[in-house]
Amino acid sequence: MPGKLKVKIVAGRHLPVMDRASDLTDAFVEVKFGNTTFKTDVYLKSLNPQWNSEWFKFEVDDEDLQDEPLQITVLDHDTYSANDAIGKVYIDIDPLLYSEAATVISGWFPIYDTIHGIRGEINVVVKVDLFNDLNRFRQSSCGVKFFCTTSIPKCYRAVIIHGFVEELVVNEDPEYQWIDRIRTPRASNEARQRLISLMSGELQRKIGLKVLEMRGNAVVGYLQCFDLEGESGLVVRAIGTACTLDKLSSPAAFLPACNSPSKEMKEIPFNEDPNPNTHSSGPSTPLKNQTYSFSPSKSYSRQSSSSDTDLSLTPKTGMGSGSAGKEGGPFKALLRQQTQSALEQREFPFFTLTAFPPGFLVHVGGVVSARSVKLLDRIHNPAFVGIMGNTRSYKLLDWNSFNSDEPETRDAWWAEIRQEIKSHAKALGCHAVVGYSESTSICEEVCILSASGTAAVLNPRFLQDGTVEGCLEQRLEENLPAGCGFCHIPYDELNMPFPAHLTYCNNCRKQKVPDVLFTTIDLPVDATVIGKGCLIQARLCRLKKKAQAEANATAISNLLPFMEYEVHTQLMNKLKLKAMNALFGLRIQITVGENMLMGLASATGVYLAALPTPGGIQIAGKTPNDGSYEQHISHMQKKINDTIAKNKELYEINPPEISEEIIGSPIPEPRQRSRLLRSQSESSDEVTELDLSHGKKDAFVLEIDDTDAMEDVHSLLTDVPPPSGFYSCNTEIMPGINNWTSEIQMFTSVRVIRLSSLNLTNQALNKNFNDLCENLLKSLYFKLRSMIPCCLCHVNFTVSLPEDELIQVTVTAVAITFDKNQALQTTKTHAEKLLQRASTDNEELLQFPLELCSDSLPSHPFPPAKAVTVEKASPMGEGNFRNRSAPPCANSTVGVVKMTPLSFIPGAKITKYLGIINMFFIRETTSLREEGGVSGFLHAFIAEVFAMVRAHVAALGGNAVVSYIMKQCVFMENPNKNQAQCLINVSGDAVVFVRESELEVVSTPQPAASCQPSCTGGEVTT
Amino acid sequence: MTSELDIFVGNTTLIDEDVYRLWLDGYSVSDAVALRVRSGILEQTGATAAVLQSDTMDHYRTFHMLERLLHAPPKLLHQLIFQIPPSRQALLIERYYAFDEAFVREVLGKKLSKGTKKDLDDISTKTGITLKSCRRQFDNFKRVFKVVEEMRGSLVDNIQQHFLLSDRLARDYAAIVFFANNRFETGKKKLQYLSFGDFAFCAELMIQNWTLGAVGEAPTDPDSQVDDMDMDLDKEFLQDLKELKVLVADKDLLDLHKSLVCTALRGKLGVFSEMEANFKNLSRGLVNVAAKLTHNKDVRDLFVDLVEKTPLQTPGPRKWLPRAPTVGVSLKAGREYLPT
Repeated sequence: MPGKLKVKIVAGRHLPVMDRASDLTDAFVEVKFGNTTFKTDVYLKSLNPQWNSEWFKFEVDDEDLQDEPLQITVLDHDTYSANDAIGKVYIDIDPLLYSEAATVISGWFPIYDTIHGIRGEINVVVKVDLFNDLNRFRQSSCGVKFFCTTSIPKCYRAVIIHGFVEELVVNEDPEYQWIDRIRTPRASNEARQRLISLMSGELQRKIGLKVLEMRGNAVVGYLQCFDLEGESGLVVRAIGTACTLDKLSSPAAFLPACNSPSKEMKEIPFNEDPNPNTHSSGPSTPLKNQTYSFSPSKSYSRQSSSSDTDLSLTPKTGMGSGSAGKEGGPFKALLRQQTQSALEQREFPFFTLTAFPPGFLVHVGGVVSARSVKLLDRIHNPAFVGIMGNTRSYKLLDWNSFNSDEPETRDAWWAEIRQEIKSHAKALGCHAVVGYSESTSICEEVCILSASGTAAVLNPRFLQDGTVEGCLEQRLEENLPAGCGFCHIPYDELNMPFPAHLTYCNNCRKQKVPDVLFTTIDLPVDATVIGKGCLIQARLCRLKKKAQAEANATAISNLLPFMEYEVHTQLMNKLKLKAMNALFGLRIQITVGENMLMGLASATGVYLAALPTPGGIQIAGKTPNDGSYEQHISHMQKKINDTIAKNKELYEINPPEISEEIIGSPIPEPRQRSRLLRSQSESSDEVTELDLSHGKKDAFVLEIDDTDAMEDVHSLLTDVPPPSGFYSCNTEIMPGINNWTSEIQMFTSVRVIRLSSLNLTNQALNKNFNDLCENLLKSLYFKLRSMIPCCLCHVNFTVSLPEDELIQVTVTAVAITFDKNQALQTTKTHAEKLLQRASTDNEELLQFPLELCSDSLPSHPFPPAKAVTVEKASPMGEGNFRNRSAPPCANSTVGVVKMTPLSFIPGAKITKYLGIINMFFIRETTSLREEGGVSGFLHAFIAEVFAMVRAHVAALGGNAVVSYIMKQCVFMENPNKNQAQCLINVSGDAVVFVRESELEVVSTPQPAASCQPSCTGGEVTT
Repeated sequence: MTSELDIFVGNTTLIDEDVYRLWLDGYSVSDAVALRVRSGILEQTGATAAVLQSDTMDHYRTFHMLERLLHAPPKLLHQLIFQIPPSRQALLIERYYAFDEAFVREVLGKKLSKGTKKDLDDISTKTGITLKSCRRQFDNFKRVFKVVEEMRGSLVDNIQQHFLLSDRLARDYAAIVFFANNRFETGKKKLQYLSFGDFAFCAELMIQNWTLGAVGEAPTDPDSQVDDMDMDLDKEFLQDLKELKVLVADKDLLDLHKSLVCTALRGKLGVFSEMEANFKNLSRGLVNVAAKLTHNKDVRDLFVDLVEKTPLQTPGPRKWLPRAPTVGVSLKAGREYLPT
C-alpha cells in the first residue's frame, strides 16, 4: 500500500443549465480512481455549487498511481431518470509522484464533454502521500522525471547521459470494438480518452523502469506518439534519452553538487577506462601513431553495417592535399575509439536531444534517415477475447510480452529501422545519432514508419562515470577550435561514404569540412554564424494510383526514393538561393494518402562561417539553337542571380573575403553533394540506397530539359521572403538574433483545402500545395504584424491527408519580438555574439562559451567582470521594461499561463519543472453547422485544448508550458451528416518561471555567484 | 482549390481593434474586407486580399465566440477559454456596450420590448446604422435593463458591478434605463435639437432628486425602502409639486423665489441676464408643467411640455436657455424650493 491519494471537491462555477424548467442545475460529482468511486452530495439548484467535500482517500499501489488518471465526473441529479453527465476532468497525478515537482494540484479545471466542449469549471484539490517502498522487484518507477524538452532542462546539470530508451504498448481501439455499435458517441469517446490516458501512464512507467535499470533518474526529450491504426488497433510508443540529472539549486551550490551524485553512480555498467589523459592532448605527434592503429577498427565498423554494400562509397580521389587532413585525423580517431567503447554497450546509441551541454558534440556527420512501408494486420491478441466486456477491458497488454515469438510486431519493425539508422551512422564514421526522432503516416492499412537523426561523434565523458569531477578542467583543456569543431568531418576523407567535396575549415584552417551540412539538431550555441538564418521548406506531391494492400505498399515503396530525391534537390536549391551552406532542425515528413504522397521538409538555413561560400546556381538549356529559348534561359539566370544577391542582403550574409594564398589551395567550384543517407524498405526488407549526388557533375547546374524542370525553377522563385521585420526558423533560437524581448505569442493555425478537379497532375498538385503553405505563412505574417520586429521560432508544419481530395496543414510556432536597435549593434565580433547568445541560457551554460571565447580568441580577453556586465546589460532585461502586456489585473482571478514550443522563455529564468503535461482530447459534434461549420468547430476545440493545458499548469502551481508540442490533430468531417470529429494530442513541460528583472531585484548577489565558475576558468587559461 | 477550413488560435487571443469595430458596426465579412482594403492596409503590409479575407473571417469567428461572454462581462474575466490581457478585456467590454448617439436618440424613453425591436428596421434605414448593430445596441439596453431592474441600491453602481463598464458609460446606461423605465417621450420633432447628453444630464439629476432613492436618503423617511429606488419617480414628490402653484400666484413669493434663484445662479449661467429678465414667464411655465405631473401621461410628456409650455424656447432655441442645464436647474430647484 505505498500511496494514499486524497481528493477534495471544492466548488463549481458557470455550470450549464441542465433543468430547463428552473434554469438551474442540481450538480454532484463522482471521483473515480481505479475501481474506487466516491460521490459528493447533490448541491441543489445552482450554477455555482459549493460542495466543499470531505477528503476522498484512495489507498493504491504506486503502479496504479502512475498508470491511472484521476477521473472526475460532474453530473446533474435527476430524481426520475438517469443522471445526466455534464462533463469530466482527467487529472494526471504523475507530477505529484516525485519530490522536486508539484506538491499539490489545486485549481479550477474546465469541465470537458466530448460532445459539448467545456461546460463550466470545477475547483479540485489533489494530494498524494507516498510511502517509501524498498521492494526491489517493484513495477513502478515513481521518481523518474520526464521532460519533453530536447535539451538538458535549464535548472539541471547532466551528470551522465545514458542514452536511448523506447517502449510501445498496443491495444484495440475502442472506436473499433463491437460494443461501439451500440454505445453513444460520448461513451465511445470517453472510453478512448481513458484508454489512451491509461496507456500513456503505463508507457511512462515502463520507460521509467528502464531508466532506473540504467541507473538514471530522468528522461529528457521524451516524445510519445499515438498511431491510430484503425481496425488493427492503437499503438502508443515513446522514445527518450535517459539521463542522470542534478538539480542546480543555486549557482553557488554548483561545485559541491557536482560531487555527491557521482559517487552513487560508481556502479554504472559502463566501466571502460575513460583514459582521461587523452582528453588533455590535442592532435600531438605521439597520438598520430595511435591513429593508424585505430583505423582498422573503423573499417571494421563499416563492414558490420548491414546496408553498407549499397552505399556509394566511391572516394573522391585527388581531393585534399592530405597532410592537413591527417593532422586532424588522430584526435578524431581517438575520440571515436573512446566513444565507440562507451556506445557499443548500447543497442542503439541514439539521443533524442537536439541541443547539448558544451563539449558533448564533437563532430557532425550528416542526416541519416530510414523509412519502411508496412502493411497493418489486425493485432490478434488472444488475451482480448477473454476480457472483452469486462469492466476492466482496457487493462493493457504489453505487445512485447505476448508476441515475442512473432516476427511482424511493431517492435520488430522499429528495431529494424533503428538498426538501419545505426548502420548509416557508422557508414558516416559516426557512432551515435543525435536529434533522433521517429514518426509514422498511416492511410488505411498501409503505414510508413520513418526515423531520422544526425550522425555524430560524441565526447565520451558524458556517457561514462568517473570523469564527472574533473569536467570543468577537462573542458578547458579541450583543444578543438570554438565554433567550427562540429563541422569537421568525422569520416575518413580518403574513404568517404559518398562523393563529397571537402575544403579546409574557414575558421581554423586545419581540418576538412564539407561544403554543405544538413542536420536535425539545433544550431550549437558556440557555432559561428554569419548573418541571420531563415526557414527553408521543400514541398512535394506525387500522385499515386489507388490500390489495395500489397500493391499499394509496393507502389508507395517505389515512389519513396523519387520523393526523397526531389525533396533533397529542392532543399539544396533553396539553400543555394539563400546563399547559405547549412541546414539545422531538418525534418522531412512523408505523408501517405489514398491517391497521393506528400513530402514536406522544413529546416533552418544558416551560413556557417566554417563552411565554404556556396556557389550560385547555373541554368543550362537543352536546346541551344533556339534563340528565344536562350534568351529565356538567360533571363531566368539573371533572376536567380538577383534573388541570391537580394537574399544575401536580406539575411546579412557578408562573409569576410578569404584570399586564396592563406588557404594554400584554391577554393574549388562548389558541387552538389548529398549528406543524406537514406533507404526505403518495404515489408520484404529490400533496401535501396540512393546516390543523391547528381552523378559526378562538377558544377551546380540546373538543366532545363522539359517543362517539368521549368516548373521546378519557377517554383524556386515563387517563394516570397517574409515581409521586412519578420524572420522565421524551425529551430529553438534564430541564428543571428539574440536580443529577444519578453513578448511571446504561441499559436496553432490549421488549414484544409479541397482539391478541385479529379484528374489532377503532379504539377497542379505541387502548385496547390505550395500555395497552401505560402499563403498560410503570409497569413501568419499578417496576423502577427503588430509584433514586428519579430521572429517566428520553432515553426512546425504537419501535413495530413484526411480524405481523397483534402490536404490539411497544421502549423504551431511561437512569435517572439526582438529589439531591432540592439540587433544592429551585435554583429561586431564573434566573441560578443557568443556572450550574448549564451546569456539567453542559464548560468550553467553561460560558463562554457565564455571559456571557449577566451580560449579561441586570445586577442579578445574577456575578464569575468565584463562578462557580468554584459549579462546585466543584456537586452532582455530592458525588454522587460518595455513589456507591453499588462500585469494580471487585480480583479481577474485567472493567472496568465504562457505556452511556447521552445525550451526557454525569453527574458525569464525557469526556476522549477513541475512535471510533464501529456493530454489527449476528442471532440465530436453532430451539429456542425450550428457550431459555425468546420472552422468554428475546430477553432473552438483548439481554444479549449489550450485552456485545459493552461488550467492544468496553473493547478500545478506553474505559469508556463515549455517545449509545448501538438503531436496530433486528426480532423474528420462529414458535412452531409452535419458531423465532425477531432482528436488532439498535446504535450509539454509545466514550469515556474521568474522574470529576469524580478530576479535582479530579489537577489542582487546572483550575477556575482554565477560568475564564479568562469572566474576559475579565466585563471586556468592565463 | 478552395479553403475548407482556415483557423488561427493564439495562446493569447489576438484582438484587432479595427476589425472589432467593423464587427460591432454590423458589417458582413465581405463588407468588412472591402472597407479594410479601402483603408489601404494592403499597401501598408503587402498582404493580399485572400489574406485579408482569412484574417477577417478569423477575427469574426473569435468575436462571435466572445459575444456569449460579453453578454455577462464578469464571465469574460473568469472564463478560461480565451487568454486575454485585462486591458484588452476592458476594451472589448467597453466597445461592445458603446452605442451610437443617433441610435440611442431613436429609442430613448421607448419601452424595450419586442414591439420596439421590430421597428429597428426603420431606425436602421433612418440612421444609416446597420440593422445588426442596431440589434446589438438594443439588446444591450434591454439586457442591462433586465439585470438592474429589480436591484436595490445605486443604479450606476449596479450597472458598473454587473457589466464592468467605465464610469462614463455606466452613467449613460443609467440614463437609458431610467428613461426606458419612465417612458419619457423624447422622439418629438420639437425635442430633436436635444442631444442624448442633454437627456443623460437630466436623467442624472432626476435620479438624484426625484426618485424614491433620493427620498430614501432623506432622514424624514427612513422606512420607505422600495426595490427600484433609482428607477421610479417618487409619486409623493410629484403630488407635492402641485403646491408650487403658490410661487406663481403669490407676488411676494414670486419675488422671493426670483431673488433666491438669481442669487444662486449669478455668475454660473451664461444667459443669466435673459433669465433674470424673463423670470416670471419662466417660472410660471415651469410651475404649470410641474403641477400636472401626477398623471402618468404628463410625466411621459415632461420634456415635451418643458419645451412647449415654458418660454425656454423663445426667442430661439439655439440662442439661450433651452439646453439641458437650465432644464436641469429647474428640475433641481423643484425639490429645493418645495414649501414645507
